[in-house]
Amino acid sequence: MTAMNWMRDPTPETSPLKRARLKPPPSLDGKTVALFDIGKAKTKEFLDRVEMRLHEKNIRTMRTGKPTNAKIATPEILQEVAEKADVVLIALSD
Amino acid sequence: MSTGVSLTVFAKRDCPTCQLVAPVLRTLAQGGQALKVYSQDDPTFPEQLPGVIDDRELGESFRHGIEIVPTLIRYENGKETTRTEGWDINEWRRVTGIADLGAGMPALRPGCGSKSVEPGLAEYLQVKFGDPGLKSRKIEYGDYDDPIEACFERGWSDGLPVVPPTDVRILRMLQGTTRKPNEVLGPIPPNLAECTVEKAAINAVMAGCKPEYLPVVLAALEAALVPEFTLHGVLATTYFSGPIIIVNGPVAKRIGMNSGINALGQGNRANATIGRALQLIVRNVGGGRPGEVDRATLGNPGKYTFCFAEDESDPGWEPLSVSRGFARGQSTVTLFQGEGVQGFMDQKSRSPEDLARSLAMGLCAIGHPKVAQSQRAILVLSPEHYAIFAEGGWDRKRIEAAILAATVRPGKDLVAGAQGVGEGLPAAFADKQVPKFYEDGLMIVRAGGPAGLFSAILPGWIAGRNRFELQPVTKEIKP
Repeated sequence: MTAMNWMRDPTPETSPLKRARLKPPPSLDGKTVALFDIGKAKTKEFLDRVEMRLHEKNIRTMRTGKPTNAKIATPEILQEVAEKADVVLIALSD
Repeated sequence: MSTGVSLTVFAKRDCPTCQLVAPVLRTLAQGGQALKVYSQDDPTFPEQLPGVIDDRELGESFRHGIEIVPTLIRYENGKETTRTEGWDINEWRRVTGIADLGAGMPALRPGCGSKSVEPGLAEYLQVKFGDPGLKSRKIEYGDYDDPIEACFERGWSDGLPVVPPTDVRILRMLQGTTRKPNEVLGPIPPNLAECTVEKAAINAVMAGCKPEYLPVVLAALEAALVPEFTLHGVLATTYFSGPIIIVNGPVAKRIGMNSGINALGQGNRANATIGRALQLIVRNVGGGRPGEVDRATLGNPGKYTFCFAEDESDPGWEPLSVSRGFARGQSTVTLFQGEGVQGFMDQKSRSPEDLARSLAMGLCAIGHPKVAQSQRAILVLSPEHYAIFAEGGWDRKRIEAAILAATVRPGKDLVAGAQGVGEGLPAAFADKQVPKFYEDGLMIVRAGGPAGLFSAILPGWIAGRNRFELQPVTKEIKP
């Protein structure tokens, strides 16, 4: 990103300039974890192992991803994740 | 000319006076005069003059405060000692110190406006070449980012797109008031963060306000911060309420507010954005967001924005602001803790007495028909309903008194369990006559289109242990 443009902050500036990330849930009990394959080679094998470990802990998973790492996820993919999952693990493996 | 003296001229091709003085500039240059010429629109002008400086970006014109072209400035030892604008042969001779300069030319020609003071450019140049003087921190975004989406992502929006608050827009907004940007307006609930005029202006930009709306926004905010308005409670309540803004006085017409057809609806920029600006200030400065401190069960669409002007076209009608102690001709905002529109229809009452009783029936329904005693409401009286009262010679006070009298009902019908409904008053009220409203609980405002025997009821917030704890607030709008 090139930061050539700016706006002014409409808030009282009590929070950091960078937006805070959402806090992870305190536990994965009862949650569905989306395992998101960004489309690079060997990611499937990596996520297979992650999924196996999650299943050993009785944590539900769903598999999703995008066909190529060169493009952003489509709204349909993001909406499917929002609808079916509580937590997303985005992964790659080179 | 003595040592250490130099001349600077600002000109543009699109100026007949600049073209007139072009030969003079060539004469000065050929005479060995230390001369800088800045061209605002075409660096090949004036022709046959070497070294013309391209000022199409207008940076030098801005830095030199040029308002008219041509402008001739004399420097001595690097410091400006004098300048003249346009062509006045005596002035040019005085500034240059050349007694016969421009011999044979006309004595006087007025100049043209500098490109640097064209409408809309001043704030742009201030940001690009000067110090905008804004204290709020910068939030950067990339060339390929959509700033409207960036505002959404940062949580600055009420759900609709906001106008990105750029420096140029904020500077233009601040032109709408004489108040200093660093003036503190007060602590905004729920976080009690200080709101300056600059922060209010930023949020007014985001809401889509024009600069001339800013004084109304500032007055509305000041009214909201009066303790009796209980802004924190209005925000936090599970009830429907939000701030409703009513504008009175000449400002309404000056800024083009709607008090006529669809006055409570969409389509007028001032109505829409002034109310929205107040809500965005509460959201962004105060931190009041739905699901956090805002606990409304359902809310109401007026929490996006709810602002309109009173129709003051009938000189026989006492405007709301006058009834609340302000003079005619004073511009005011009145803030009310209210909810959405409850439509009222009566197409058959023809006498003031009938219509007052009829309106009372509608007003008794607010909140719950059996709840009484601690209520407030605004009645927005349409022109056709008002005409019935006006033809009968009734003024504001008489209408209010008649309606309030008609909202006093037998307690036996209102106690809990009466009429087979659990909601209601304690049993002790069964043998009393019970008013629906506080004695000052009804505010009448005139607005609406010419056709339709419909008026509107804007119910108030059911809160407060007595009528003094929670009140509408009126403030004068100052420039």
